[in-house]
Amino acid sequence: MNTTLLAWATPLAMGMLVLAMLLCLVRMLRGPTAQDRVLALDAMYLNAMLLVLVLCMHWGSTDYFEVALLIALLGFLGSTALAKFLLRGEVIE
Amino acid sequence: MSTMPLWLDALISALVLLGAAIALAGSMGLLTLPGFFTRMHPPATIATLACWCILHGAFAFFWWQDGAAPLRLYLIALFLATTVPITSIFLMRAALFRARRAGTAVPTSLSGHTTAEEGAAMPSPHR
Repeated sequence: MNTTLLAWATPLAMGMLVLAMLLCLVRMLRGPTAQDRVLALDAMYLNAMLLVLVLCMHWGSTDYFEVALLIALLGFLGSTALAKFLLRGEVIE
Repeated sequence: MSTMPLWLDALISALVLLGAAIALAGSMGLLTLPGFFTRMHPPATIATLACWCILHGAFAFFWWQDGAAPLRLYLIALFLATTVPITSIFLMRAALFRARRAGTAVPTSLSGHTTAEEGAAMPSPHR
């Protein structure tokens, strides 16, 4: 594959996404309330999913789309279960 | 392998970098904005604008590379579009419930049965 700009753009984008994940991690560790931590974890899942998508483009392989989909799925399940726990004190009533 | 035309290269690079920049700005907002309720919206920006930018960049890239439209990518977009509002509503409800129980000044419940007093009287294993 011969790309001139994209060979520069994907590592830069990956660096930015990793930095975004680090900022979310700081919020998750610092977060004054429990819902702040859950929200930061959710944002971290989203950033990780975008990172996998950019990594797909970097490697030129479509094999990792399912990984991105799975990360999105697990992020949804985790955040919903945690929010339900914060609301009720238990996940399944 | 053929060379990607420059306009497509620039377009995909711009989309990917824009998406990553929006994700970075959203995470920065998550870190710097005051209060939980103002911090709700940067992750929504990541899930909509940043996600759509990077997904369309990847769509154009793999369409050019493989010669077939990678429609599986829109599965991710469809999934996110349906699940992110659910997560946001659940989290917002939990935060409102906990804020009412803690006695913070937030709008009262419309159904009226989760006031601060009742919430405090309700048995719950955690704060």
